[in-house]
Amino acid sequence: MMGLLSSTQVATAPIFAHIFSRADDGSANFGWVIGRILLVLLIVHVLLILGALMVWAERRVSAWMQDRIGPNRVGPHGLLQPLADLGKFMFKEDVIPGHVNKVMYTIAPLISTIPALITFAVVPFGGSYEMVDGKEVAVSWQIANLDIGVLYILAVAGIGVYGITLGGWASNSKYSLLGGVRASAQMISYELSLGLAIVPVVLMAGSLNLGEIVAYQAENTWLVFTQPLACFIFLVAGYAETNRLPFDMPESETELVAGYHTEFSSMKFALFFLAEYANMTVAAALVVTLYLGGWTLFGLEQLGWGMAVLIFALKTLFFMFAFIWVRWTIPRFRYDQLMNLGWGVFLPLTLVNVVLTAGAIALDQTWLFFLLPALCVAAALFVAYMGLKREEEQFQPLPTAAGEKGSA
Amino acid sequence: MTSQHTPTAAPVAAPKSAPGIDSEIRLDAGDDPGERMILNMGPQHPSTHGVLRLLLEVDGERVVSVVPDVGYLHRGKEKIGETLGYHRYIPYTDRLDYLAPLANNCSATWAFEKVCGIKAPERAEAIRTLCCELARISAHLLGLGAYAMDVGAMTVFLYTFSERETLYNFFEYLTGARFTTTYTRIGGVARDADEGWLKDVRAFCASLDAKADTWEDLLTNNRIWRIRNEGVGVITREMALSYGLTGPVLRGSGVAYDVRKDRPYGFYDRVDFDVPVGQHGDCYDRYLVRMEEIRQAARIGVQVIDQMPNGPILADEPKFVLPHKQGVMTGMEQLIHQFMLITGEMDTPPGEVHSHTELPKGEGGYIIRSEGGAAPWRLKYRAPSFVNLQVLKDIIPGHMIADIVAILGSIDFVMGECDK
Repeated sequence: MMGLLSSTQVATAPIFAHIFSRADDGSANFGWVIGRILLVLLIVHVLLILGALMVWAERRVSAWMQDRIGPNRVGPHGLLQPLADLGKFMFKEDVIPGHVNKVMYTIAPLISTIPALITFAVVPFGGSYEMVDGKEVAVSWQIANLDIGVLYILAVAGIGVYGITLGGWASNSKYSLLGGVRASAQMISYELSLGLAIVPVVLMAGSLNLGEIVAYQAENTWLVFTQPLACFIFLVAGYAETNRLPFDMPESETELVAGYHTEFSSMKFALFFLAEYANMTVAAALVVTLYLGGWTLFGLEQLGWGMAVLIFALKTLFFMFAFIWVRWTIPRFRYDQLMNLGWGVFLPLTLVNVVLTAGAIALDQTWLFFLLPALCVAAALFVAYMGLKREEEQFQPLPTAAGEKGSA
Repeated sequence: MTSQHTPTAAPVAAPKSAPGIDSEIRLDAGDDPGERMILNMGPQHPSTHGVLRLLLEVDGERVVSVVPDVGYLHRGKEKIGETLGYHRYIPYTDRLDYLAPLANNCSATWAFEKVCGIKAPERAEAIRTLCCELARISAHLLGLGAYAMDVGAMTVFLYTFSERETLYNFFEYLTGARFTTTYTRIGGVARDADEGWLKDVRAFCASLDAKADTWEDLLTNNRIWRIRNEGVGVITREMALSYGLTGPVLRGSGVAYDVRKDRPYGFYDRVDFDVPVGQHGDCYDRYLVRMEEIRQAARIGVQVIDQMPNGPILADEPKFVLPHKQGVMTGMEQLIHQFMLITGEMDTPPGEVHSHTELPKGEGGYIIRSEGGAAPWRLKYRAPSFVNLQVLKDIIPGHMIADIVAILGSIDFVMGECDK
C-alpha cells in the first residue's frame, strides 16, 4: 500500500530531517543531540498535556453521554479545567499518614508515572517516505529507534504495576492492600495475553522495531485486517493494563473506596491520576502503531510534513475516546471473572492465534488468518443467543398474586 | 521494615474491655487464621448506602463471615411519636425512608386514621395512592441507579436521576417541598392536586415505559451485568419467608406477596396491576422485579389519574382533622381549633391497631396502642429495610467482596428507615 500520492516527491520537513538523520559516518553530531533532547522534552510535555486534556475530555464526554453539561466554567468549554485541577492538587496538603512505609509510599507514584511516560520513546508518532537503496520505504519518526522496541514496551509496562502494588502495600491500609493485590494479579494475567497478541504482529512484520512494523503495514496491509483477533485482544488487554473499566479492579471505588490510592493526597495522588491517563495515551498509540498502520492512512500521510503526525494523533485520539466511551457504558467485572477471562479465554485464544499465524506464514496460506476470528465471532454470537434465550425462560412475571395469597 | 508495617494485618482481636459487636467477630484463636483478616466495611463506605456497617472476615477476596452493624442513624423515631402525638409526628415520617417521603406520609396517616376510626374522602385516597406510586418510582429509580453504579455502570445512575428530577418537581408543585414533603394530614391531604398537575403526571407515567427500556438496554442483557448478578446472593423462598422479608426482595425470591394486592387499601382495589416475581431469588431477579415494578407503578399512576374522583380532600371530622389552612390563616375559630388539636386536645379511642402498607422497600407496618389522648401510648414501626437486612448474615458468606456491593444494591435498603 504505497498510497495514492507515491509518485509525488514530498519534501520532508528540514527540522525532522535534521533530527532523524545522523551524520554520514553514523556518529551523533552536536545538532543531533540538541535536537533529540528538544524532541524528548516536546514529547513528554505533549504527553503530560494530553493527560491533562484527557481528564477534561473524560469529564466532558461523560457529561455528554449522561445528559449533563460537565465542567464549563474555567476557560472556553471548561478547557482550562485541568489547570485549575492542577492548582488544586498543588495546594492540597500533602498528607503522609503515620502508619505508612514512608519510602515506598513516596516513590510509588513516581514508579507508576515514569514508565507511563518513557514507553512513548519508541512509539513512531509520524514519518515520511524516503528512498533507501533505490526503494521507497516508510521511515518513522521516533525518539529512539530501538530494534527491540516491542520488548522495551513490554518490559517498561511491567514496571508500572510496581507503582500500584507498592502504593497499595505501603499505604498499610486494608483497602489499599486489596487494590494493590488485585492490580498485580490482573496485570500479570493480562500481560501474557498482551504479549502473545503482539507475537503475530512480530511474526508478520518480521521485526521487533515499531518503525519497521509500521513500514510493513504501509507496504502491505494494516494488521487489523489480517489479525483482527489479536488486535481485539490487545485492545481489551490494554484496558486491563491501564485499569480502566470494565477492568478497574484495583481502584473500584464502590468496592475498595479508591483502592491503591485511597491514602494518597495532593500531588502524589495527581501523579497516579496522571499515570492512568498517560497509560491510556500509550495504550491507544500502541494499538494504532501495531494494528492500524501507525501514521499512515492510504497515502494521505504524504500530503504534507505535519499530516503524518496529524493522522497518528487522530487515530490515537479515537482510541482514547473509546476508552472513555467504554468506561461510561458498561459495568465492572468481578475479580475472579476477570481472571477467568484472562487465563481461560484470552490466553488460549492468543496461543492458538500465534500457532495459526506461524503456520499460515510457513505454509503461505493466508486464509488461516481468518479461521480463528471467524470461529470467535460465531462463538460470541452463539453465546449471545443462548444468553437471550435463557433470559426469556428465566423471568415470567405472574399476572396476579391471587394464586399465591395463602402462602404469604 | 518493622512488623507493624505489614499491612496483611493480622487477625484483630477485640480488646477484652470493649464488649459489643467487635467481640463477636474475633477470629477464633484455636483456628489457624491463615490469610484471613478483618475488614471493616462502612459505616462510611461508598456502597453501604448511608451508614450500614459490615464487619467482614475475609480470606483474600472471599468473605468467610459477616456481622452487620446497624443503628448509626438511630433517632428514636418511635419514642418521638409517643411524645409528640399523631399530628406532629407526620413530618418525622419524611425522614424514615428518605427516598420516598410521600409513601411514608401516607403510610403513617393511614395508620393514624385507623386509630381515630375515620376515613379520608375518596379524592384524598386517590391522591395518596398516586403519591405512593410516584414515591415508589422515585425510590426504585434511586435503588436501581445506585445499584448499577455500585456494579460499575455509572451512566444508568445519571439517567435515573434525571427522571427523579422530574418527580421532585412534581412533588414540589404538589406539596411545596421537594424532599421533606409532609403532605398528608389525618383525614386527608394538605393541598389539592390541580388538573394541570395531574395531566403532567399522567404524561410522565405514560412515557416512563419507553424510558425504562433505555435503562434496560444498558443493563438487562449486558453480559457483564448478568454474570455479576446471576446466581449471586441467592435468597431461597423458604429463607425469605422465614426471615419475614418483604417487598421486591421477597418477590424476587418467588413469593407473590404484595400488600397492595392481598389486603388492598387506598385506591388499590380499583386499579389493575401485576405483581412481578422472580424465580431464582438472586440479585438479577431482584433487579428484574424492581424494574417491572417501576413500569407497574407508572401503570397504576395513569389509572388513578383517569379515575380521579372529585370532592373534598379532608374528612369532615372536626374532632380529629385539622381545619383548612386558609381558614386557619383568616379565622379565629379555625385558628383555635388547629391550636387545640396540635397541642393535644384530641381524644383518640383506646385500643390497639395494626396498619400496614406496601412501601417501596417492603411492607411498612405500624402497631399503635392508644390509651386515649393525642399521642400513642406505644408506637411500633416495622421498618422493611431493617427486616430485609437481617438476611445479609446468611447470604454474604462465601461471596467475594465485589458481590457484597451487588447484594447490598439489590436489597436496596435505606438506613434512615432501618435505624428509625
